[in-house]
Amino acid sequence: MEKKEKHISKSQVEHLAWLARLELSDEEKELYTFQLNEILEYFNKLSELNTENIPPTYHVIGKTNVFREDEIQQSLHQNEALKNAPKKRNGFFKAPKIL
Amino acid sequence: MLTEQTKVKIGLEIHCQLTSLKTKLFCGCSADYRGKPPNTHVCPVCLGLPGAMPVINKKAVEMALMVALALNCKIAKTTFFARKNYFYPDLPKNFQISQYDLEGGEPLASNGYITLTVNKTKKTVRIRRIHLEEDPGKLFHPGGIGVSSYTLIDYNRSGIALVEIVTEPDFKSPIEARIFLQKLRSILEHLGVFDGGLEGAMRCDANISVEGGGRIEIKNISSFKDVERALNYEIIRQKDLVKKGVKFGMETRHWDEARRITVTLRTKEEEQDYRYFVEPDLCPILIDEEWVERLKHEMPELPDARKERFMREYGLPEYDSEVLVSERALADFFEECVKIYGKPKPVANWLMGDVLQCLHSLETSIDKCKVTPKHLAEMLMLMDKGDISIKIAKKVLWEMMKTGKTALTIVEEKGWKRITDIEILEKIVSKVFMENLKAVKDALIDEKAIHYLVGKTMEATKGMADPNLTNQIIRKKLVEWKNKEA
Amino acid sequence: MEFYWLSAKEIKEKILSKEVKVEEVVQILLERIKKVENKINAFITICEDEAYQQAKKIDKKIADREKVGKLVGIPVAVKDNISTKNIRTTCGSKILENYFPPYNATVVEKILVEDAIIIGKTNMDEFAMGTTTETSYFGPTKNPWNLACVPGGSSGGSAAALAAGETFLALGSDTGGSIRCPASFCGVVGLKPTYGLVSRYGLVAYANTFEQIGPMARNTYDCALLLSVIAGWDWRDSTSMPVQPKDYTEELTENLEKFKVGIPKEMVGEGTDKKIVKAVFDYVSKLEGFGVEWEEFSLPTLNYALPTYYLIAMSEASSNLARFDGVRYGYRVLDENLDWNQMFSKTRREGFGSEVKRRIILGTYALSAGYYDKFFLKSLKSITLIKKEFEEAFKKFDVLIGPTMPVLPFKLGEKIDDPLALYLCDIDTVPANLTGTPSVTFPCSFQDGLPIGIQIMAPFFKENLLLKISYASETFLQFNRFKPKI
Repeated sequence: MEKKEKHISKSQVEHLAWLARLELSDEEKELYTFQLNEILEYFNKLSELNTENIPPTYHVIGKTNVFREDEIQQSLHQNEALKNAPKKRNGFFKAPKIL
Repeated sequence: MLTEQTKVKIGLEIHCQLTSLKTKLFCGCSADYRGKPPNTHVCPVCLGLPGAMPVINKKAVEMALMVALALNCKIAKTTFFARKNYFYPDLPKNFQISQYDLEGGEPLASNGYITLTVNKTKKTVRIRRIHLEEDPGKLFHPGGIGVSSYTLIDYNRSGIALVEIVTEPDFKSPIEARIFLQKLRSILEHLGVFDGGLEGAMRCDANISVEGGGRIEIKNISSFKDVERALNYEIIRQKDLVKKGVKFGMETRHWDEARRITVTLRTKEEEQDYRYFVEPDLCPILIDEEWVERLKHEMPELPDARKERFMREYGLPEYDSEVLVSERALADFFEECVKIYGKPKPVANWLMGDVLQCLHSLETSIDKCKVTPKHLAEMLMLMDKGDISIKIAKKVLWEMMKTGKTALTIVEEKGWKRITDIEILEKIVSKVFMENLKAVKDALIDEKAIHYLVGKTMEATKGMADPNLTNQIIRKKLVEWKNKEA
Repeated sequence: MEFYWLSAKEIKEKILSKEVKVEEVVQILLERIKKVENKINAFITICEDEAYQQAKKIDKKIADREKVGKLVGIPVAVKDNISTKNIRTTCGSKILENYFPPYNATVVEKILVEDAIIIGKTNMDEFAMGTTTETSYFGPTKNPWNLACVPGGSSGGSAAALAAGETFLALGSDTGGSIRCPASFCGVVGLKPTYGLVSRYGLVAYANTFEQIGPMARNTYDCALLLSVIAGWDWRDSTSMPVQPKDYTEELTENLEKFKVGIPKEMVGEGTDKKIVKAVFDYVSKLEGFGVEWEEFSLPTLNYALPTYYLIAMSEASSNLARFDGVRYGYRVLDENLDWNQMFSKTRREGFGSEVKRRIILGTYALSAGYYDKFFLKSLKSITLIKKEFEEAFKKFDVLIGPTMPVLPFKLGEKIDDPLALYLCDIDTVPANLTGTPSVTFPCSFQDGLPIGIQIMAPFFKENLLLKISYASETFLQFNRFKPKI
């Protein structure tokens, strides 16, 4: 029996998988939709918390104005940069066609 | 064609590289990547290797703040970086570190303006927002984007500091957009943050809507000329659609430089969800008044101020001043030349006229051409001496442009020095008289015929004879002739 | 006692007194590893060649009477999400199965400078996403105390290696409890430092706002020794704090001064196994003997800690893991006839395990248009409230004490199909990550042959207090007298 999708639908999962470039099988889509709904149901308790006029905390320890000087540092050699590349050509990384 | 009735709204989004920086925005790789072998100006940070972390280049922030001040913007008190999440092969992390309006912080600067002069009328263009972000890498499609079966990627450019400048849709015509871009470039060059001559240093996206139609975004415009072309193309295309009653809007199109048309990239349905959130590996930047004041003090002379000074110091009319400061290198050349030569107006006239024409024909620019301020000064001095006429000077200028030789050298080599030696001229005039007896007889009666004799003398000297002296000598000789007859 | 059960402190003393050579230490350890590894599976990569090479170098240094480092000759196991130059770093994932970083994490540089030996890279939940080390592509690690049980996670390999005598020191990472959970389940000492104390440069990011690399060892002194080496400001990590280097072993003493303890009610209530609650109160009553005062109190926001943690962690993870697309490094599908979108999608489909995919989808959801405010931003505000409660608590109490885990080590496979049940295991550990608070865990008792860990939290940068308490407790608890029989 299909459980009613309270928080997230299968088509939403498909859209999210596209946004994240994750190809999913049909079984995975079903399974994840089910599991994610369970998880989101639990996470929903966060809505009980009153956060009106509370500022968000983006960084746990409050440092500001952290910079470095405009000084040149050592770069990688070309072969180091390409060392792990699955496909390369003439010093470039090689990727499939754009369109 | 664009008519008076076409109501058009254009906004621009410009990305300028801070080419004066030594290093990239978030890492210490050298920013001097043009012409270097691929993937040699990269490190774990700008390659997006797992575990690498960005660190902000302080000078980049200061340069961006200077740009904001030069554009009369309001500076944020708290600003932070945000991730713009999308997938693309030129993006090593598949997100770009940029800035966004998020609760608790705003982009670097906002609510500024630039004043332009369009057709002698003043116009204000409002700046909506300025922020910092990193450049992606470069893609190469061997054989062309439609043909190639694979893509090659060079990440040398990845991580270069960009300032993004977004205007309000205040432009009413493509020409206004082009003039704005030229002024913006001049401002950035006067600030010393940017060299507009470098390939890819300034890139532009445009938003355009015509009356009755929706808003279209055009991406991938890389030269000022292309901005005008792309916008003109779109206006015609969109007017046509409106006439046919076709609904359109919220679309992104790509400017095809080669074919000079725009093509669809994506529609609203495919609109990107960038899922912006604050970059957790970077700390917020607090900008206090002290910092801003110090930068204001360190600001170099900007085009508008320089224009006023040219009018004051050199007594140049507004139009001349405006043209000269429209390009920093041009204004610098002018001042250098005046230092040597002394008289501003002739320098200005020559620069605005023949020099710019030459540069255009030879497809070069004032800072790259072979003519230096010293060259031009020397040429003007020769003119003052009377050694060359204006006509010859123009030819000399061309030769200087092509060869880089000095005016003096060229005049000597080509034998273009004006003949002012009376003895020599008298000999030549005598010869001309001998060869044109009828004209001489005519000239004794009719004034106008003297011109003919002058002309013949110029011909015989290939234009080198001093016209005034020639005239005098001819008249003198005519009198002698007359007396002889008598 | 077998050599491999010695403490790091003892090994160092024997090396410095020349009682044993570093090469011998490495040899003995590798033999131990070979003996038990097929039962434990603590390592993904064993660095036999590198370890011998390094050992020879250090032995020569000692022979030449050169100055040697604080970790001279001590083998350290490094969690496999910490970048080690030219040594495979997989993060427990297929997608990085053959990734060899071209650089060292800062903490790795630091331990190598102090003459430590990297003995191997330890097993972990894939990309640190898990509580049991069961999501590793390289198979689960077993708990040395009971091979049918989980060792905890995500630093399960590091903890198990220590517990099984396969290493003397270990580095782990803690995002939501990933050092403390396995330390508790495996009966060793683990410390999550204050956020910003230890550099994250080189740590493959899962949730940047919460994670820290931390030391793990079989006893407190060893843990303090390792912390002394890895702590300190790093210019490459903008979130690292400008803290002066410190010797955390200096203040360790068997005596305990008086201090005030707060026990959060929410950590010893309904959701926690009664045997664990009993262990906590037994321990605290032992502390009373030293004049320590304790009190139960309420931290109501703890009820929201878990969703807050997961929503932010998953969101950051969805962005951090976007870079794994097969272009620059890592696994890549055979991509003939695929365009880049297809290649990315299939590569990530095959390269990532299901827990990782689940979190990426949830994280993408929490950040997406329309849900950002409800989930991500809301969680960030929730942190503000939780932080405030902690700050108030630390005004009243010197430390907070509670269990590390709400359950005893359970059987392999027991919870792996129920993601939510696993998330709930993190309930006691995530608050320290949310607030940046330092936290230590060490075994306080055994139950049915399995260790129970006690967790102590202190205000920012009070690691010395945590280690003092741990050291003194070790003296009266004597947890080191037990060793697992493998």
